[in-house]
Amino acid sequence: MLTLYFKHTAKQRLPGKKAEALIGVVASGNLEVLLERVLLDAACEVVIATPVVGYDATWEAVVAEFVERSSPGGLRISINDGGARPDTVFLRLMQGCALMESV
Amino acid sequence: MMEDAATHDQSSWFQATARQRLAGLLDPRSFTEFLGPSERVESPHLHIFDLPRAFDDGVVVGRGALGGIPVLVAAQEGQFMGGTFGEVSGAKLVGLVRAARDHKDLPQTVLLLLDSGGVRLQEANAGELSVAELMRAIVQARCSGVSVIALVGGKSGAFGGAGLTAATCSRVVVSEQGRIGVTGPEVIETNKGVEEYDSRDKSLVWSVCGGKNRRLIGMADAFTEDSMDGFRSAVRAQLTHVARLDLATLQAEQKRLTARQEKFGSCEDAVSMWKILGVNDPQSIPDMDAASFIKLANGIEDANHDAR
Repeated sequence: MLTLYFKHTAKQRLPGKKAEALIGVVASGNLEVLLERVLLDAACEVVIATPVVGYDATWEAVVAEFVERSSPGGLRISINDGGARPDTVFLRLMQGCALMESV
Repeated sequence: MMEDAATHDQSSWFQATARQRLAGLLDPRSFTEFLGPSERVESPHLHIFDLPRAFDDGVVVGRGALGGIPVLVAAQEGQFMGGTFGEVSGAKLVGLVRAARDHKDLPQTVLLLLDSGGVRLQEANAGELSVAELMRAIVQARCSGVSVIALVGGKSGAFGGAGLTAATCSRVVVSEQGRIGVTGPEVIETNKGVEEYDSRDKSLVWSVCGGKNRRLIGMADAFTEDSMDGFRSAVRAQLTHVARLDLATLQAEQKRLTARQEKFGSCEDAVSMWKILGVNDPQSIPDMDAASFIKLANGIEDANHDAR
């Protein structure tokens, strides 16, 4: 298993009061994303556990694009990956943020 | 943590995740999870095999309400490792049922949303142990007045330990897609030969293991269409029908199972069983819609024995 860790400073804090949310399941080609509002200010951390090695640069790019687009300030995001493609990863991250912003 | 819910009343149970099923089954906002994903109670074994873990180890446990009646619930995630019983996922199920058994201030109805191929092979000893512990806990809980209701309608069905678990429950609710068995079709074919059971003959497999046959031969007490609403109303109807488990119930169940074996023991397939049950046109059952099937099944004596 490979663990990747990315730390970003988002443009702003993610709106909403929800403390945590979970989206997706660990299955072939899928992943689960746990979002927790535990960091200060606009800090954002993404921790990924994946059985697939060799895609560090792809993960880095997907996470950077996601942070740029949704500005998930204050979130620690943990991922259990089941070998998802980058588009699925991006979709789950966006869904997770939408959940954290919902009432 | 129930927000993962693009669920509505007619959503498919079969297609849903464990969390979506709980959101669709329980009263809105009634669910409280125990040992939720942020507590990260994960499998201590899977990383040894270079396999990904899940934050909840594939089982969601908690309490909620169904039609205003408080319930304890557990849902297996059939998409994660086939919904298997591992050390942690098994312990969560066992702990929930034991809690109902020991604490009378907790809800005295336990709903088990089974979706499992059985024991997780990577942690087989712990998994086998947890199945045995779960069956014991269910029987003890039932003896102390707890109702344990199994809901079967997921992609992994209820096989191996999950099939055994279903058989120990007070009541079983099943949909057409919900398969119940102990040994899976491929395993039977491998051990007994293709003449005994052709696992690639899907219509044979589904007619034998599927929800319709399980309902007709009395392995399941209620049948529902594959929807959130269907499971919710079928379970609600069962809540008031749970008999206490005592010696008389067990003796009646033993008698029923003996009679069933005598009746169906020589059948080659499901259709011949339905013929023996007195179904007029047994060939029509696989294509029958849920409402007509429920009506048919409710009229068949062997399907509605009160033992269990």
